[in-house]
Amino acid sequence: MSDSKVTFEKGNVALAKAAVAAGCRYYFGYPITPQSDIPEYLSGVLPRVGGQFVQAESEVASINMLLGAGATGKRAMTSSSSPGISLKQEGISYMAGSEVPGVIVNVQRSGPGLGGIAPSQGDYFQATRGGGHGDYRVIVLAPASVQEMYDLTVLAFDLADTYRTPVMVLADAMIGMMKEPLEEWVPQSPEPSKDDWAATGAAGRPGRRIKSLYLGDGELAEHNWKLAQKYERIRREETRVQTELPEGCELAVVAFGSAARIAKSAVDRLNDEGRRVGYVRPITLWPFPDEAIRRVAEQGVPLLTVELNTGQMVEDVRLAVEGRAPVHFAGYPPGYLPSPDDIYDEIVRRLPAGEEAA
Amino acid sequence: MKPVFVRPQSLTDKPFHFCPGCHHGVIHRLVAEAIDRFEVRERTIAAASVGCSVFLYDYFDIDVVESPHGRAPAVATGIKRTNPDKFVFIYQGDGDLAAIGTAEIIHAANRGENLTVVFVNNTVYGMTGGQMAPTTLLGQPTTTSPYGREFGQDGYPIKMTEMLAQLEGVGFAARVAVDTPARLAQARKAVFRAFETQMEEKGMGFVEILSSCPTNWGMKPVEAVRRIEREMIPYFPLGVYKERKGSDAL
Repeated sequence: MSDSKVTFEKGNVALAKAAVAAGCRYYFGYPITPQSDIPEYLSGVLPRVGGQFVQAESEVASINMLLGAGATGKRAMTSSSSPGISLKQEGISYMAGSEVPGVIVNVQRSGPGLGGIAPSQGDYFQATRGGGHGDYRVIVLAPASVQEMYDLTVLAFDLADTYRTPVMVLADAMIGMMKEPLEEWVPQSPEPSKDDWAATGAAGRPGRRIKSLYLGDGELAEHNWKLAQKYERIRREETRVQTELPEGCELAVVAFGSAARIAKSAVDRLNDEGRRVGYVRPITLWPFPDEAIRRVAEQGVPLLTVELNTGQMVEDVRLAVEGRAPVHFAGYPPGYLPSPDDIYDEIVRRLPAGEEAA
Repeated sequence: MKPVFVRPQSLTDKPFHFCPGCHHGVIHRLVAEAIDRFEVRERTIAAASVGCSVFLYDYFDIDVVESPHGRAPAVATGIKRTNPDKFVFIYQGDGDLAAIGTAEIIHAANRGENLTVVFVNNTVYGMTGGQMAPTTLLGQPTTTSPYGREFGQDGYPIKMTEMLAQLEGVGFAARVAVDTPARLAQARKAVFRAFETQMEEKGMGFVEILSSCPTNWGMKPVEAVRRIEREMIPYFPLGVYKERKGSDAL
């Protein structure tokens, strides 16, 4: 980090600032609550730094503008919220299939359908299972603070370029709308060269095709296997997780994003009270940190998954645990944001009976 | 010896896959001639569509980005906005541009994107096997209008050139056909003009080209060519509908 400065910033604005710091000069989007701070900020800044802000006619158009920009090797971004992300799935599938980098931000509201504008984590399945048609994955980063809105957005651009794949920053209305101190920093790593693949005009070389259509015998299977190998490499090299396991851990809480920061308050309070409660926070939702969770389960530690939905990530936790330890679930679908006390009570209910704090 | 007819340099050697009597090959050639004429091959990026024309990237020796069905104007917007020094064209059929991609073409036109649009209208969905298109003529049977298109059921054939010519962001809008040598010459001129419109940064240059689809019309190639004059041109009149002149500001 260098040239850092500390400001007091809204999560959405921190994310937008990070995009500019990461070298993103092009934004395509369509307004939707609760992420409109992002296009509002970028519409003011990008034209002044030699970039372009385009308010598209729809989410469908904006993701395809991102496809076009990314195909030429330019750093670009789109952002939206849950119903808008559904509309973008077509383009995300094409980007994955055509190996076009780009950053997609989902500041989740609640669904299904029009749902509401309150924070939710109801888009976990959609984000981590590909979301659109076909056999593909998207790297999904889950910030749990305003600072991480910044840090993980910078990372998102690097990962998108490194692996030539769409990367999603999956936040929610709580992280997007709240204000916290933010240390802004300027990334030092150079943007990778895209000279060997991007559509830049066929000067001195044959024309290139950025495409996902493969009709030849066996061609598409070969392409899908190539993508699968890339996803396997991402699994090995890019899985990120925050794990805190006290000695003699009695139970570990698994949560991501805003649910994780609420849960962390409860975990800290219990540990202050002498209980030994662990904390596992997936930072990449795909690739999912199943190794870290398996290691906890192998010690026979029960897990409690906390989510702002009726139970989505808990399925991945169970897959990682493979029956080695009990997996409990506390779900908070939209309309009621749990307090640290709520989660404290949930944890206490699951702690081994008769073992009170020393 | 002076060659009077050569394959355009911006076309690859690959033979076209199009059905006998289809005009896509002729129209591909017109576009390639324009790329050669304006010497833009090395700075051209095209957005390919979905449908019979999706394979244009096999025939043009240029950089091409495949687009989802109907979204080529949005993909091209992303390309051009990030690369204003490049020449960007899209090539869409009637299902692509006038049905699933209506929003994208209208708004790209209205934003005055400096793009060249080649719109091939053959009044039918080609690649999916002859279903009704937004441009299918009244009475025309297709696999999804087996009794002929009827207004009460299906609405009227849509006239895209007339619609788009109304938008301030369009610098040039014309409808042409390639069914006779004379009309082919006019079509070439219109495609060239649509290229120039982009180079002069006068907004969208739009050319609708009436085209035959003998396979899905169930006709022999010569009958299909005759249908263009007999049935299509009366409903889709040819001509330049809009041309922004030199001093006209966008």
